[in-house]
Amino acid sequence: MKVKLTKLAHARSGDKGDTANVGLIALREEVYPILVREVTAERVKQHFKGICKGDVERFELPNLGALNFLLHESLDGGGTLSLMTDAQGKTFSSALLRMEVDVSNDEARQLEL
Amino acid sequence: MKQKIRIAAGQGFWGDLPDAPVRQVEGGPVDYLMLDYLAEVTMSIMQKQRSRDPSAGYAKDFVSLMKQILPACVERNIRVTANAGGVNVEGCANAVRDVARELGLEGKLRIGIVTGDNIMPKLDELLSRGIELRNMDTGATLSSVRERIQSANVYLGAAPMVEALNRGAQIVITGRATDTGLTLAPLMHEFGWAADDWNKMAAGTIAGHIIECGAQCSGGNCQYEWRSIPNLANVGFPIVEAMPDGAFVITKHEGTGGWVIIPSVKEQLVYEMGDPHSYITPDCIADFTTVRLEYEGRDRVRVYGIEGRPATDTFKISISYSAGYKAVGTLVYSWPEAYDKARAADRILRARLDRLGLKFDQILTEFVGANATHGPLAGEPPADLPEVQLRVGVRGEDRKAVERFTKEIAPLVLTGPPGVTGFAGGRPKVEEIVAYWPALLPKNEIKPAVSVIDV
Repeated sequence: MKVKLTKLAHARSGDKGDTANVGLIALREEVYPILVREVTAERVKQHFKGICKGDVERFELPNLGALNFLLHESLDGGGTLSLMTDAQGKTFSSALLRMEVDVSNDEARQLEL
Repeated sequence: MKQKIRIAAGQGFWGDLPDAPVRQVEGGPVDYLMLDYLAEVTMSIMQKQRSRDPSAGYAKDFVSLMKQILPACVERNIRVTANAGGVNVEGCANAVRDVARELGLEGKLRIGIVTGDNIMPKLDELLSRGIELRNMDTGATLSSVRERIQSANVYLGAAPMVEALNRGAQIVITGRATDTGLTLAPLMHEFGWAADDWNKMAAGTIAGHIIECGAQCSGGNCQYEWRSIPNLANVGFPIVEAMPDGAFVITKHEGTGGWVIIPSVKEQLVYEMGDPHSYITPDCIADFTTVRLEYEGRDRVRVYGIEGRPATDTFKISISYSAGYKAVGTLVYSWPEAYDKARAADRILRARLDRLGLKFDQILTEFVGANATHGPLAGEPPADLPEVQLRVGVRGEDRKAVERFTKEIAPLVLTGPPGVTGFAGGRPKVEEIVAYWPALLPKNEIKPAVSVIDV
């Protein structure tokens, strides 16, 4: 079944120049492997189509049950150059949580989704 | 040696809640107050202030804050680390000294001054020796913007602050210094941590990272269960309670609002993170994949297990340079068909800018209420939106073109689609863009200087 990431994770995002970072954190320990499997760099790049013009990098933090994404070339030049309302990428976190991922019936039962 | 040091964060950025540092000092026991004043472009603002007035160029709010809290700090031996000195650290220290004397604290405290971060005077000499100071993001060489540079500073680490503390400074004032160093330095001073004890350097650095954005780790901007967060009106700013072995607890004063829970600390840990294996500061490379978290009571999260690696042989430097002009204009369109009207207005505006022959590096249109934050991810907005704000920004090298743009917004009210308002603020302001240029410089090029003055 398809599940929105809002049901599985919370997140915080910020900026470094023209790169937005999104930290995606599993709401429960059991969810982390699903995030690792489903929320790949490719899928995130696809999800942010029209927003992220560069590469997407992904880093794993199993100790925190979290993934960190770097979305390059996403902030209209970033910092003071950017004309965007969200020049600091603060709302990229909730934008990522719009993504839907595949969860097996077993997983859904186990997580009581 | 003390077995526990409490370091309180008083500011998440320059302009954060003015009362927060006062509450940190008065709300319960603390040993240190750390205050971060310098965002990436702050130095250029201070540089401009100083070029108009040689006695300016630092965070004046820091001096008024000191006036408020110095007596309590002296009485209870609370020490302060602050990068409030901007481009005039001595000026800032002298102002604090004057305030301390006014308060009758003569002979009762010392002020430490850390300088050496300003490399503006030696920029040409560095470039002439072939040190290119390439932009870390774009790879461009600094010579391409040399004439437009407004300030150039090294991010200094904890070491010079430790020296100031060792020499008895109660207030340590720096120019450009890392926000993590403001927390790490007190721990090195109190616990005698060696600068090459990499795990401890990393622990103090990550402690600093967690509290450097103020309440953003204690309930502010917390996505997790946000409706349940208690009493944000009186949000408690974070406190690091550190132990000599490198473990520490994130907490806040009793009776304050917000919360310190594992999810709130995790959200701050991943904030502005790059490669979590290598969080590079002048003091060490901290590995965020080694951080362990556990509860140690209500509003107490214990952080332990942190590992680090040797520091690199370069300092990060921040250079600010003039990068053209920008302006943003807005108008509000109301129901019915608000979004369509705003889009029509944008088309009309762009046609007029074209006819005027104005050239910009960028024209960006957003529809606030429909797609300003999530862009295309937001999908098509519902047909009956009650209102939409049209927000158009332009950016370019030609100040005249940007100025001309600002005269095209208000006329849309009488010459464009109906149902429009929200122009009362007058013409948009033209802003000079001061952009940020990150680069690396070999550490042996820099000699931080430390001095201590008695009040």
